[in-house]
Amino acid sequence: MSAAQPQHLLSVSGLTVTFQTDAGELRAVDGLSFDLRPGEILGIVGESGSGKSVANLSILGLTRGPDTTISGRADFDGRDLITLDEEELRELRGNRISMIFQDPLSSLHPFYTVGKQLIEAIQVHRDVRKEEAAERAAQLLEMVGIPDARRRLDEYPHEFSGGMRQRAMIAMALANEPDVLIADEPTTALDVTTQAQILGLIKELRDRLGMAVIMITHDLGVIAEVADRVLVMYAGRAVESAPLDALFYDPQHPYTWGLLGSITRMDRPRAAKLAQIKGQPPSPLALPTGCKFRPRCPHAFDRCAIEPPLEPRAGDPAHADRCWLSPDEKRAKRVVEGGEIGLEAA
Amino acid sequence: MSTAPRTEGRTEAGETPLVEVVDLKKHFPIKAGVIFDREIGRVRAVDGVSFSIRRGETLGLVGESGCGKSTLSRTIMRLLDPTAGKILFEGREIQDLRGRELTALRREMQIIFQDPYASLNPRKRVSQIVGEPLALHKVARGAELRKRVDELLELVGLSAKDANRFPHEFSGGQRQRIGIARALALRPKLIIADEPVSALDVSIQAQIINLLEDLQDEFNLTYLFVAHDLGVVRHIADRIAVMYLGKIVELGPSEEVCSRPVHPYTETLLSAVPIPDPRANANRKRQVLEGDVPSPANPPEACRFHTRCPYATEICSEVEPQLEEHRPRQEAACHHPLNVGAGKRTEGETTFESGAR
Repeated sequence: MSAAQPQHLLSVSGLTVTFQTDAGELRAVDGLSFDLRPGEILGIVGESGSGKSVANLSILGLTRGPDTTISGRADFDGRDLITLDEEELRELRGNRISMIFQDPLSSLHPFYTVGKQLIEAIQVHRDVRKEEAAERAAQLLEMVGIPDARRRLDEYPHEFSGGMRQRAMIAMALANEPDVLIADEPTTALDVTTQAQILGLIKELRDRLGMAVIMITHDLGVIAEVADRVLVMYAGRAVESAPLDALFYDPQHPYTWGLLGSITRMDRPRAAKLAQIKGQPPSPLALPTGCKFRPRCPHAFDRCAIEPPLEPRAGDPAHADRCWLSPDEKRAKRVVEGGEIGLEAA
Repeated sequence: MSTAPRTEGRTEAGETPLVEVVDLKKHFPIKAGVIFDREIGRVRAVDGVSFSIRRGETLGLVGESGCGKSTLSRTIMRLLDPTAGKILFEGREIQDLRGRELTALRREMQIIFQDPYASLNPRKRVSQIVGEPLALHKVARGAELRKRVDELLELVGLSAKDANRFPHEFSGGQRQRIGIARALALRPKLIIADEPVSALDVSIQAQIINLLEDLQDEFNLTYLFVAHDLGVVRHIADRIAVMYLGKIVELGPSEEVCSRPVHPYTETLLSAVPIPDPRANANRKRQVLEGDVPSPANPPEACRFHTRCPYATEICSEVEPQLEEHRPRQEAACHHPLNVGAGKRTEGETTFESGAR
């Protein structure tokens, strides 16, 4: 993949993140490449340990340390984020690229009012007077749907409910109108009704402000709701990259089939038995050779001893996967039962 | 709430349900004062709940955080003392049991917790964790105990070789299997599973749900399955009870509750569940709730949902609706029930188009 093409806001290529641990070298992300276009929502889906969070933290320079080796590129606005120094990164973080996390309570400082924290987020990047920043803070809280915003600026995080805290976090992340919002499991700690509100808010703000969003989640339901394109990660690499509809209606990688099959679906007649992926995800300290999904894949064959590259195989250049099976074999092997796609018949 | 005898948990033969709960309440006092604690209020975590669970049945209990579902399940287990009401286990009142009788009761009901990282003692080996209930209740010891532990581990898909390892050597899904093995050790009749899969990855969730179902078939277990994920609950439960602010607002067969909810709160919960189908999502009518759940220390008068309900009228803030049967075996506490009347499609009907794409 070449360096940032003009239509790409963020272009990540060959990103590899390795941690030195007592137990050995841990490669959390291995050769990850993806592009983010302005105004799009890219969903990154994967299970714990798939590298989805580490990849995004590394793009923002948040995994740097003596025991970390990061290679590859992350081109943003003509600069490679991987090689930027700490000062330049600080200038971008929370300003051009913002991030929100799963647990809003631990991301907000308990000793300071929400207003003070919002004002600080604004003043760090902008040379404005406190009154002006306070005014903007109130507008931001209003924008994310917090009623009685002006009064609530003086409240502490513990006085906010879970949904309100996540709204406040989003307000803070949007304080400087970023080009990119990275949302790492932003609704996982929330109830479904609150989740629906927050997802609606993120989409609405994307439409209004035109920012691009990277939505990291383990929940394919959330992906279906908000994403335009999807990257499926497994064992530190992307195993499938597809436009939203293609991922759900024509998935190419057996791991994606397994994920789709193992979720309980409210929109389908109840399945007698859930399709399950056998075994456990591999330890990043002892990855299998060849295709990383091979030990769990019921369709693995000799060729899988060599790891397949991520490339378009299904005919659509925008739809790439890492599986040696031919498109015809894939269509034949993935189980479609009652509209459900699974890994193998239960 | 009505305390009239309820029948939905009984079979035609009039068999006693395994568990019956009658007008159960659990309030937590809110105290203030420097020297003398004064009670200045009460959190009505569970506020008059009645239902029963048949032998071999799975009752799903759903609701948002703070609705009282965990308090309810812990009160049934007698891990918390009820404030008022009755709990019957195999027809016997157990709400006041103490001492030896209570210890004996504990063999009959076991719990599986949400977080497999926090619920297993990190300093004990798997054999000790799984064998502890057997040793504690003096059911087995020595070689016999060891044999039972090995059997239990194999039963939940682990191997006897794992007995000497420590919890940290296992993944989340495997730890949950250890927790299940421990819960099964005493061959309980009732298992309360409190969010048993919500901390696990989806591919592992399916494994654990399938395991719980297999074990139920094998040992004729009765489950009270507490979860916030309606998809999971619908899959595993025979009936679903929906809680809101300490009360059950709807109770009925899983399929019916999920496809034709009677209570508006159930409808909004269902419509908030994201479904993994982009096209169906685009066509779905959403009923997004505004605001947050009110505080259980100060719940709204009359119908507790009226402050957020799209169908609320004057009566809802004046008269508390009782749990009544609106459709066969499907009860709800609402003045404006949805999906009632023969074949009538009301606003609530479109929540999920089963099988449609």
